[in-house]
Amino acid sequence: MTVALRPGISACPACNAAPAAEALAEVEMDGQLALSLPSIHCAACIATVEDELSKVEGVHEARVNLTLKRVTVEAAPDVTAEQLIGVLGRVGYEAHELDAGMLRATATDKAGRDLLMRLAVAGFAAMNVMLLSIAVWSGAEGATRDMFHWISAFITLPTIAFSAQPFFVNAWAALRHGRLNMDVPISLAIGLAVVTSLWETWLSGHHAYFDAAIALTFFLLAGRYLDHRTRAIARSAAEELAALEVPRATRIVDGVEEQVPLAELAVGDTILVRPGGRMPVDGKIVEGTSELDRSLLTGETLPVFAAQGTVVSAGEVNLTGPLKIRATAVGKDSSLHQLADLVAIAESGRSRYTSLADSAAKLYAPGVHILSALAFVGWYIYAGDLRVALNIAAAVLIITCPCALGLAVPAVTTAASGRLFKKGMLIKHETALERLAQVDTVVFDKTGTLTEGLPELSNPTRHTDDVMRVALALAESSSHPLSQALARAVRDRGLQPAHVTDIREVPGYGTEGRLNGVRVRLGRADWVGAGDKVQETSAWLSLGDGTTHRFVFSDALREGAEEAVRALKSAGHRVLLMSGDATGAVEAMADRLGIEYWMAEARPEDKAARIAALKADGAHVLMVGDGLNDTAALAAADVSISPATALDAARVASDIVLLGKDLSTLAEAITTAQKATQRIRENFRIATVYNILAVPLAIAGLATPLIAALAMSTSSITVSLNALRLR
Amino acid sequence: MNVIVYLIPIALVLGGLGLLAFVFTVKSKQYDDPEGNARRILSDQWDDHPKP
Repeated sequence: MTVALRPGISACPACNAAPAAEALAEVEMDGQLALSLPSIHCAACIATVEDELSKVEGVHEARVNLTLKRVTVEAAPDVTAEQLIGVLGRVGYEAHELDAGMLRATATDKAGRDLLMRLAVAGFAAMNVMLLSIAVWSGAEGATRDMFHWISAFITLPTIAFSAQPFFVNAWAALRHGRLNMDVPISLAIGLAVVTSLWETWLSGHHAYFDAAIALTFFLLAGRYLDHRTRAIARSAAEELAALEVPRATRIVDGVEEQVPLAELAVGDTILVRPGGRMPVDGKIVEGTSELDRSLLTGETLPVFAAQGTVVSAGEVNLTGPLKIRATAVGKDSSLHQLADLVAIAESGRSRYTSLADSAAKLYAPGVHILSALAFVGWYIYAGDLRVALNIAAAVLIITCPCALGLAVPAVTTAASGRLFKKGMLIKHETALERLAQVDTVVFDKTGTLTEGLPELSNPTRHTDDVMRVALALAESSSHPLSQALARAVRDRGLQPAHVTDIREVPGYGTEGRLNGVRVRLGRADWVGAGDKVQETSAWLSLGDGTTHRFVFSDALREGAEEAVRALKSAGHRVLLMSGDATGAVEAMADRLGIEYWMAEARPEDKAARIAALKADGAHVLMVGDGLNDTAALAAADVSISPATALDAARVASDIVLLGKDLSTLAEAITTAQKATQRIRENFRIATVYNILAVPLAIAGLATPLIAALAMSTSSITVSLNALRLR
Repeated sequence: MNVIVYLIPIALVLGGLGLLAFVFTVKSKQYDDPEGNARRILSDQWDDHPKP
């Protein structure tokens, strides 16, 4: 299977002859790069991208995958992703580097291929057996009928052994734990049908159910494959998000900078983090001053001053000056991963959810088995013939086959997930839709979820134009988010910068310069000499005349946040706001959006505990959050959503990932989920009606293999068509 | 009706060939990029000679 595991076209065709050599080549070949191409869409794009990349020296092969919007490049080890991104940028395609190691798992969807193979074999066998069965139904007699039955048995037995394996394995796993799932009646129906048919064939009987057994396997595998494919697409998109994250850090060894993968960092390494960069590890600052944005970890929007000796944790963003940190915990030990325990505890509560299919199976499986056993006993007493009784019991099991039930859920979830995917939502978990449909309480995180995490000047009219002009001159020379927001706001008023000279940025404090020979400063309150500290995010400007001016910032609302909250409230859901940010900021946000219940300065445990309390009161909670401080809450809620900008840990903990920036699809998603669940219940009802009609025939001994085949296919087709109505 | 002695094996072998061909297409990843393949066939880039 090594051949199937290799992504793309081999750079070394000769290797294909020898698997051992190929495995070796894979280790040596370091030059495989993967780039994400979000804007690619047409046949011409494929040709342009492949041509341009092939022209780069050292590139052996470039292959575009349009479905995944991705290009895989086989190249010499000295070709870098930046180089290729530059080449593509010149011809007008935006490209991002993907971590090839992360993608390996999705590129080789082994389980999907395995299912497809079983489905193909079952389909092939079903067609052949059906052809032979039609001859029997149309009146083949005596030796011909026996021969056709034997050929059917010859095709069916190995096929069932191979194709129906997933059902047998699942059924056995459930029985061993003393539970019943849908696979138990399926396995029993297939098994009993094959055994009685063999016996009948042996005795030259009239009826053999080989066609039913194999068609049952085929239909059910089709359902399984649909189900798997929907989730595989969502998973691969989610993994692509993870692969987009910067996997490298700058390590300083003996004064020389080098780029290394995160996995190679060790405790005690000195790491350089440039302004705008995210801390790759936990550590202590050994050199430099700056400000840190901790909002992803704590939800706090106020930037924190950092200097030598300050302890930093992985995930924080460095804002102004370059920092050198000494690593104290890396990888799994870093604080990013320590919340994992909290998440695991919270998640154990969720795994108790029983899916609709499983609860249907719980009702259905014992009923069918009892019915079939009763038919067996009844006929044995009435006719006194073991063979007749066993035949009837098998017919009952086949007629009541959960074929339509097996399709009922996957067909609907496939349709609904596809619909939500088009709106930018990735459904990661199989039962997420059902859980989403039950939601009556929605809990939002503030920073990064309801807001974009981008500051916005909230008091632009309080200052005179002269003050604003000086502020603009100072703000423009800094890359600090507050400075940039300030510069943007002043420019929007159409003002030009004042003539300020000798501007320099003091990392961690602010910017200073000279206006007409007098020193002016823009930055932290204590640095400019403004004295009093306030809760709100603000920057201060001190002028030469000794006056200080305050600029207040608030977080810009995320697109669609207001609509989402309004739509959720009008749909009758209770909306809550929970944030780790300061009380003032949270209260202001709650007022602005009209959210009545809010909670500020909440620690991660508080959030999870509050959600647990809500659940204990009988509420079904949807948590929407993005930060590390939300992960435990995300896992504790009945169902959770995180935006694509969230930390990897938060995305992993949530069931649904929001790809676009817009939040307004939230309410619609809940409606779609409710419709989908309704459709699933409808499908169960349709399947039950078919059973109620056909079971009396089977018990009366009137069910021929022809009737069984008809009942099975019509119910499956009706259920699939009903699912498609969702679009 | 003796002809079915030949016809049935022939039908099974032909069907089996089809199955093997399908297994080959799955193993050689021909279902990995359905959208891309649908577009590639419209391009006339390699119409005169195969891709080197």
